Amino acid sequence: MELELKQIRNMLLVRVKGEMDMLVAEKLRKEIDRKLETKKITNLVINLEKVTFIDSSGLGVIIGRYKKISSLSGKMYIVGASPSVRKILMFSGINKLISMYNNEQDIINI
Amino acid sequence: MNMKNYVRFEFPSVPENVSFARSCVGAFATQLDCTLEEIEEIKLVISEAVSNSIIHGYENQPHGKVLVMATILDDRIMEIMIEDQGIGIADIKQAMEPSFSSEPGRMGLGFTFMKSFMDELEVVSQPGEGTNVKLKRCFSVKDKEALA
Repeated sequence: MELELKQIRNMLLVRVKGEMDMLVAEKLRKEIDRKLETKKITNLVINLEKVTFIDSSGLGVIIGRYKKISSLSGKMYIVGASPSVRKILMFSGINKLISMYNNEQDIINI
Repeated sequence: MNMKNYVRFEFPSVPENVSFARSCVGAFATQLDCTLEEIEEIKLVISEAVSNSIIHGYENQPHGKVLVMATILDDRIMEIMIEDQGIGIADIKQAMEPSFSSEPGRMGLGFTFMKSFMDELEVVSQPGEGTNVKLKRCFSVKDKEALA
């Protein structure tokens, strides 16, 4: 898994590449939480465009970050999920909590 | 029903092997007359079952062994078994409830995915005696054959 974290004003953009399973869940959680705990972030955007696989361990990281950013009165967005990843996100019901967009530009425009 | 082919492998309970296990069974499943989407579903349930063995069965300790066996019974049926000798499950019914997890921060969707994407799921477990998960998937008849 490759991870890119970019802060744009009060937004944290997280670009994930590879497979989101139990092997990478802990690293992903720690990296995002470190930013959320040390920077003033009110919008968290997770870009899953280059994620090829996700299971419940990966979903757990997403829902956990959603709870965290919500507790900071912030918002979370998911962008770029491929059809196979989107299917799992929707199956889990995450789409009812977190808005999903096609690409990063869509977030900037809202 | 005759067995056409099988693959059987065992590995230590380390997270690096979750990806290996699902890729291996996913590649094996290509021998079946199934779609890429169906293979992705097989990979997902393997990932869930093996992750369960490592996280819950062996409590994230690397000393355990996980056994995976996938069997093709005919062109449309695959049986999968995932077995560990971990701590076992005290209450299987509770463990299979959606959103139940003994670990904080986890979604408790593992068995829900297994039930949803497979046709049959059987869990045999007792505290201290490991867990055996049997899954069965019957793939649908493809249109081209139905029309032939």
